[in-house]
Amino acid sequence: MHAWRVMMMMPRSKKQRQLFYLVPYGAWLLLFVIVPLCLLVVQSLMTQNGHFTLNNYAIYFSSGTYLRMTFNSVWFAFLITIITLIISYPTAYFLNQLKQKQFWLLLIILPTWINLLLKTYAFIGLLSKTGSVNTFLNLWGIAPKQLLFSDWSFLLVAAYIEIPFMILPIFNSLAEINPRLEQASRDLGANKWQTLRYVTVPLSMTGVKAGIQAVFIPSLSLFMITRLIGGNRVITLGTAIEEHFLVTQNWHLGSTIGVILIIAMVITMSITRDRVRKHSRKRG
Amino acid sequence: MYKKIKWSYLYLLFVFILLYLPIFFLVVYSFNAGDVMQGWDGFSLKHYNELFADTRILEIIVNTFLIALLSSLLATVIGTAGALYIYNQTNALTKNIFLSLNNILLVSPDVIIGASFLILFTVVGFSLGFVSVLLAHIAFSIPIVVLMVLPRLQEMNQSLVIAAKDLGAGNWQMLSRVILPVISPGILAGFFMALTYSLDDFAVTFFVTGNGFSTLSVEIYSRARQGVSLEINALSAMMFLVSLALVFIYYVISTRFAKSKKRGTRLVLPASEGL
Repeated sequence: MHAWRVMMMMPRSKKQRQLFYLVPYGAWLLLFVIVPLCLLVVQSLMTQNGHFTLNNYAIYFSSGTYLRMTFNSVWFAFLITIITLIISYPTAYFLNQLKQKQFWLLLIILPTWINLLLKTYAFIGLLSKTGSVNTFLNLWGIAPKQLLFSDWSFLLVAAYIEIPFMILPIFNSLAEINPRLEQASRDLGANKWQTLRYVTVPLSMTGVKAGIQAVFIPSLSLFMITRLIGGNRVITLGTAIEEHFLVTQNWHLGSTIGVILIIAMVITMSITRDRVRKHSRKRG
Repeated sequence: MYKKIKWSYLYLLFVFILLYLPIFFLVVYSFNAGDVMQGWDGFSLKHYNELFADTRILEIIVNTFLIALLSSLLATVIGTAGALYIYNQTNALTKNIFLSLNNILLVSPDVIIGASFLILFTVVGFSLGFVSVLLAHIAFSIPIVVLMVLPRLQEMNQSLVIAAKDLGAGNWQMLSRVILPVISPGILAGFFMALTYSLDDFAVTFFVTGNGFSTLSVEIYSRARQGVSLEINALSAMMFLVSLALVFIYYVISTRFAKSKKRGTRLVLPASEGL
């Protein structure tokens, strides 16, 4: 290995020091990053008897149910991302204009530190048939509806949970824009909308991309919300993996879906990768 | 100008209400005398009494915090070692490889981490329970510690290290007297991030927990599947206070130690996965 050769050329004390750091960290990398991922891939390529097979992938790609599930999962993740983006961009933009912006940002982030299960649980109370939302609608003469266990409730709760993760990167990228650029744009005769459209939004695209990445990938793998709020109506890739591993015990097919999820993740990351980062990093 | 600001305030107000409504809803109903999250039957602390009489929940709370503390301590030690290794690495390619490997667990969905750890523990023949959950929590907390410590190392004044070497400091002295004190804010921030990662995790724990052992998230999940119980509301009010305290401590740390204003209050979010 290259790292090893470099190490052999170093003076002894530095070599010892590096080895001292590498042993625990390298052990972690090997045991909990590389080996588990390899095991997942190997499982997806094996039969129940431990022979090599591509059958799991054949089952996956020839089954209408699995393909529809994958498409649905991507579609819902897309919707969740769009909803959070629409709500988050103006929020980040307005937050950035406030005086005590760091304090208000902290207030936005605070809900993310509260256990996710508890936030989801709150929505069970809010949305249930006799819950507060239905009681509220009843005041206006609208009959109680089944709000829980629907596609809408799933989208609502998922978007609720993801919003702060979209606001933060957008806010950061907006805060880094030099205010003089916007002033210059106004000086040169652009109105408020033109400044927003041609100066602010393009300069904040790095944050938008980071936000999309931070929301889309977890949305593909949601499984707790699909069970508690979606009532198993929405099956995401995450739900399918959980189902195969913990319910039907078909780890091989579960691993296959896992590999598909990893591929989807890599594709998302390469699309939203920040190409200008290398240049903009210098700034600070 | 005046009008524009008004509208933006209204919008922000709306978003804040949206974000906080479910949480306050939970907390308010924890004081309800009735047994469901609807109507209002008067103020009562009975759900808190139930909570504190529920030995199963109390045991699980202790377990959860034990796992969180142990895993974040160990993750901080290993993560700091990793950051130091990457920092000292002179070869750019090796450095990049290590950084990418480090980030794998940060970007992977929790379901993947959980499933692959489950395979790992089963293949090795490790029984699921306290230790497997602890190991999993250490494992997914390490990369965030590395990412919190590394910038501090990069900001460190190199002449400090050179001066220490000139004055005859050995490896251990240089580490304990010079480097660690300088990067301590990063280490502390990493520790707190690891703590919140662990407290907040559901999905990974759910996969590797086995039958006998449970953490708060897993317990809330199984109870929520059975329906509403206001004892959980009481629990959530308590957890809200804990989260507030954690955020406050983290905020103080990150502002107090911040030398450069730019980095000072930049918070990092807990994992968005784990859903």
